[in-house]
Amino acid sequence: MTRHTLSVLVENKPGVLARVSGLFSRRGFNIESLAVGPTEHPDVSRMTIVVAVEDLPLEQVTKQLNKLVNVLKIVEMDTSVSVQRELMLIKVRVDPSVRSQVLETVTLFRAKVVDVAPDAVTIEATGTRDKLDALIRMLEPFGIRELVQSGMVALGRGARSITDRSLRAVDRSA
Amino acid sequence: MTREITGAQSLVHSLEAVGADVVFGIPGGAILPAYDPLFDSTRVRHILVRHEQGAGHAAEGYAQATGRVGVCMATSGPGATNLVTPIADAYMDSVPMVAITGQVPSASIGTDAFQEADICGITLPITKHNFLVQSVDDIPRTIAEAFHLASTGRPGPVLVDLPKDILQSVTSVLPHEIWPPTLDLPGYRPIIRPHSKQVREAAKLISASRRPVLYIGGGVLRARAAAELRTLAELTGIPVVTTLMARGAFPDSHPQHLGMPGMHGSVAAVTALQKADLLITLGARFDDRVTGRLASFAPHAAIIHADIDPAEIGKNRTADVPIVGDCREVISELIAALAAEPRPDLEGWWRTLDGWRRTYPLGYESPADGSLAPQHVIERLGRISGPETIFAAGVGQHQMWAAQFISYENPYTWLNSGGAGTMGFAVPAAMGAKVGRPDATVWAIDGDGCFQMTNQELATCALEGIPIKVAIINNGSLGMVRQWQTLFYDKRYSNTELGTHPGSPRTGVKRVPDFVRLAEALGCVGLRCDSAAEVDATIEKAMAIDDAPVVVDFVVHPDAMVWPMVAAGASNDDIRVARDLAPDFDYSGDVEVNL
Repeated sequence: MTRHTLSVLVENKPGVLARVSGLFSRRGFNIESLAVGPTEHPDVSRMTIVVAVEDLPLEQVTKQLNKLVNVLKIVEMDTSVSVQRELMLIKVRVDPSVRSQVLETVTLFRAKVVDVAPDAVTIEATGTRDKLDALIRMLEPFGIRELVQSGMVALGRGARSITDRSLRAVDRSA
Repeated sequence: MTREITGAQSLVHSLEAVGADVVFGIPGGAILPAYDPLFDSTRVRHILVRHEQGAGHAAEGYAQATGRVGVCMATSGPGATNLVTPIADAYMDSVPMVAITGQVPSASIGTDAFQEADICGITLPITKHNFLVQSVDDIPRTIAEAFHLASTGRPGPVLVDLPKDILQSVTSVLPHEIWPPTLDLPGYRPIIRPHSKQVREAAKLISASRRPVLYIGGGVLRARAAAELRTLAELTGIPVVTTLMARGAFPDSHPQHLGMPGMHGSVAAVTALQKADLLITLGARFDDRVTGRLASFAPHAAIIHADIDPAEIGKNRTADVPIVGDCREVISELIAALAAEPRPDLEGWWRTLDGWRRTYPLGYESPADGSLAPQHVIERLGRISGPETIFAAGVGQHQMWAAQFISYENPYTWLNSGGAGTMGFAVPAAMGAKVGRPDATVWAIDGDGCFQMTNQELATCALEGIPIKVAIINNGSLGMVRQWQTLFYDKRYSNTELGTHPGSPRTGVKRVPDFVRLAEALGCVGLRCDSAAEVDATIEKAMAIDDAPVVVDFVVHPDAMVWPMVAAGASNDDIRVARDLAPDFDYSGDVEVNL
């Protein structure tokens, strides 16, 4: 199965997340990650949804999503023409003997330490899925105490924006 | 000083403004404020049903018979959940319906309050859209949006949930002054006009085809495109099949009509699809009951698929020419585009089709013991009551016989639960149809099982002056399930006998319930018929009564089965015209269609 990233513009209204996520589970698709937040227009939210699915079922789920009244627009983010990032916070066990090794790894991955305790550090890292997976592999030997990830967000490269026309539609109806 | 009204008044005024003339419903705690101004409305007639499921199916029957949006109303909690079945039914069959439900006061939502149910959450997957109204000022716009969503694009049910405090608070937004309110639906843009390039492509394929079939679904009726369909069919000479949801979209008596396709379709209709080189699919969705095993459905056919819902196209079968648009627009544009193309040569195809029709007509055997054949009853009902009559069916054998043995000549004369297969649909749907079309004769054709699920609405009919007629095809059992037990479960009749026959051989139970006495208890006229000789006279007697609902208990043979049949999951090539009897398709003499 292929991994696809969908950017979904939705009306910023209560219950929209349930409509979207419910549609995926109802039609038998697993969401790998989902990130949602407001856009530059307060009435519009943007969801970034990563699903592992073949092309034909993806077309079906996209069409079903488009039928949701609160969904304004759906664009598939091709990895080659978009920037895709996730944010991760990891709490790693460190005693003085390994502290320098851990900090070296943090530097290598251009991550940063955001909290320090006598026996642990919390690291913040952003990047692609592959980079974050690699960081996790490097830190695992020291002992990962806790880990949280944001879900993927993505934006198309270049000057074009997927929100322009949809926002005009929202403005018109408002 | 500005005038103020309550949310409840705003709701009733909005219903008046949007043109709703009938609401089927039952009051209860949370919706109670709305029933007070409803009491005074001279433009909205409220019909007090006996169960919310009846309100929902009545709204569906009203909508399907009139083409207008059907409206049902219920209170919170169990009132709303009793609407779930008809809402799901309307969703599956794309019926325009608005359901209005009371909700516990805003401050109590989420506290497991008395009669609280998250009806928006519950109906999320079975509504086209739903609304929880959060401000009294929003009521007129929400009602306008609900009716707009229900009736445009691919029609469907829309639910509006109204917390009690919203109904009780006051607003200065007066529906009659602001109507029509501005809709706020930026994400809703149904595509009506088809793409002209696709239409031209379709016209070319049609013109070049040798074995085309017009595969017609319920979308043609929803688009009110029966007249356009007839023009297209006659212009091209292409044979027509109408699915269970499309019966009446094309006259059954028309020489180009091959009948209904699908699990219990005619041999000619099923086989024409299988052998076709082109399917012109209009408002149909390649449902499993039509296609049989999908992989072997119409294996030689190119597919033109027109539907107003883009998600239907390519869902089950890949389309060679996809067309998104309203069926009436699509057909009209196809007719125009075909003017530039030569008419297809279908002489050989029609020779073959006529051979199948002659050899395998629909038929049935009269029971040897002199008891009543259910198909005969239904056939006579159709003949005697005539082509203007509206028929509503329940679900099961009687539904299939009613689809097969009544000749539908006009659109909107056949109402049934196709997608959901909801037993109990017939009586309340007939009630709703009769309210919407009071001048038409409306027959519910029901089974003894279905009838026992919703017959309480006959009390509504008797008291509200809704004189429907009900034909119970009483075979003493859950007939379709029993047919499957006969065919696939070694005649082990587990839990399918109902005891509604004069005397059950196994249990000795006699007529529980006695449908004639039940009908009389519900304020209806009750009649009974158990021999072929009395069928016509009984139907005529029922037809002569128009001041009260009539129920006829047709006591029929228990073993009659629905044929032809394609077993569930089997290929349409394995259609059986009767048990263990497959058609013999020997058309080797006809080079034209030798595959």
